[in-house]
Amino acid sequence: MNEKNNSLLVYTLIYFGFLYIPVLFLPIFSFNDANYMSFPLAGFTTDHYEEMWSKRNLHKALWASVKVGVVASVVSTAIALLAAKAFVRYKFRGQNVSYGAIMMPFLIPEIILAVSILIIWINLGFPLGLVPVTIGHILFCTPFAMLILIARIEGFDFSLEEASRDLGENAWGTFYRVSLPLYLPGIIAALLLSFIISFDEFILAFFLSGSDATLPMYMWNQMRFVKKLPHVLALGAVIIVFTTFIVLLAFWLRNVGQGKEKKDIAIKL
Amino acid sequence: MFQAWRNLYSKSDNAKAYSLLSPALFLIILVMLIPMALMLSFSSFTQVSMMEIDFTPTFQRYIDFFEKSLLVSLLIKSVKISFIVTLITLLTAYPVCYYIAFYVKKNKMLWLVLLTLPFWTSYLLRVFSWKIILGTKGVFNSTLLGAGIISEPLTFLMYSEEAVIITLTHAWAAFALLPLYVSLEKIDFSYIEAARDLGLSKFEVFWKVTFPLSLPGVIGAILIIFIPTVGDYVTPALIGGTEGRMLSNMIQAYFGKINNIPLGAASATIMLTTVILITAIVSYTTKRLTQRLS
Repeated sequence: MNEKNNSLLVYTLIYFGFLYIPVLFLPIFSFNDANYMSFPLAGFTTDHYEEMWSKRNLHKALWASVKVGVVASVVSTAIALLAAKAFVRYKFRGQNVSYGAIMMPFLIPEIILAVSILIIWINLGFPLGLVPVTIGHILFCTPFAMLILIARIEGFDFSLEEASRDLGENAWGTFYRVSLPLYLPGIIAALLLSFIISFDEFILAFFLSGSDATLPMYMWNQMRFVKKLPHVLALGAVIIVFTTFIVLLAFWLRNVGQGKEKKDIAIKL
Repeated sequence: MFQAWRNLYSKSDNAKAYSLLSPALFLIILVMLIPMALMLSFSSFTQVSMMEIDFTPTFQRYIDFFEKSLLVSLLIKSVKISFIVTLITLLTAYPVCYYIAFYVKKNKMLWLVLLTLPFWTSYLLRVFSWKIILGTKGVFNSTLLGAGIISEPLTFLMYSEEAVIITLTHAWAAFALLPLYVSLEKIDFSYIEAARDLGLSKFEVFWKVTFPLSLPGVIGAILIIFIPTVGDYVTPALIGGTEGRMLSNMIQAYFGKINNIPLGAASATIMLTTVILITAIVSYTTKRLTQRLS
């Protein structure tokens, strides 16, 4: 289409404003020298950021989220890589059913996943904490990681693997020397995005973490106290900047070394 | 002979595929299906006291649910709120995706990144930002007060159904944009040109060609917003107050301070059933609609 549509352009820009502006209030008020978040701004301060250095519970929660995120992203990416390869490489009986089953955590309200894991976990007599949260996150991240990896592996020339086998390399060597380097950008993108999903996830952590707060749980607990809000804002601003950086890195990696057409497919997940 | 070979080959394909899939399927069975089956069976038990549960199967929890007018009204309200949120999101997001798919030529990559970025940022913080905007001493009230438009803060902004609807619309918008954009982008432009050459007006081209071809994205968007918003906990808890309470807040209470796990499990099962029913209705109607239109 060669014509222009200025009214639609204006609308689109307004819509992007609606998407982005509300979130920008977090960093704006994190530098505001007041406990209430209202205009006019009271003055510039970095106190709320400095306060974060002294909060031991915050450090504990950050460490908990990092641990959960690393384990959940590594395990779910590994599981998703195998599954993605099965879907791209083979035509098999029950393909659609298996695909639907793996995508299911996507199609069920998260609170139901959380509640059912909670019931089985306490009835097995295990204590709540970071372990059930990690298990829940693995379940939740796997479909995302699989979608990313399928988009990346699609169009992969599997004869390269066969050639490597024919040339006498064993299965592990083939994976390590042929498949892995080619999959690698996709794998890293899946790792980063699963990490971000786990890092930001709230509902599963809310039901399953017990007294071991993750970072979103820590923020949730602080949000109830007006005096602590500015410091939640500062933390939130840091998290938003960090998340944006990781996601942009993942987008970039996902497209590295792919042709123009593949780029278009990849961006669609 | 050839046939036998082929059978053997395809059999080994099945075996290879399932050995690759087994970890993922184990995960789904162990962490989702078995726990959900257990939740279903818990919905047939009875909470006798704080620590004690009577395991005799009964339908009483479901009867309890429908006898408590609060729970029924919360279920209806959850579905109603989700429905409105889905509708608003579709109507507002569709033109944006339409514009990017058909009019943007330069820097399309940048637009796409902007479109997908909010999808990945913290949901909790996206909801929280509305608390800052709508609160009694928030951005909205303080701006209006400062400008002299109002003399008292508007208290109805927060803790209402409308506040929940606005917040949910914002928080889940990114999820609708993706499927809508993908389905619009896929449309072969020669169809639209052909329709124009046949003398159809702009409006007719949209209703008879573009819209029907984008239906898969519309269904995707409906489901991807409707399903999570029905079960949303964060927004009603943070923004909704008593007015904007939804079913998930009660489910949480049954597993928490009220401590009636069987009734909580029954409520969760009823929520799940509602979601499945609505998914089925949406897919069925759109299938019929696509057949009629094409």
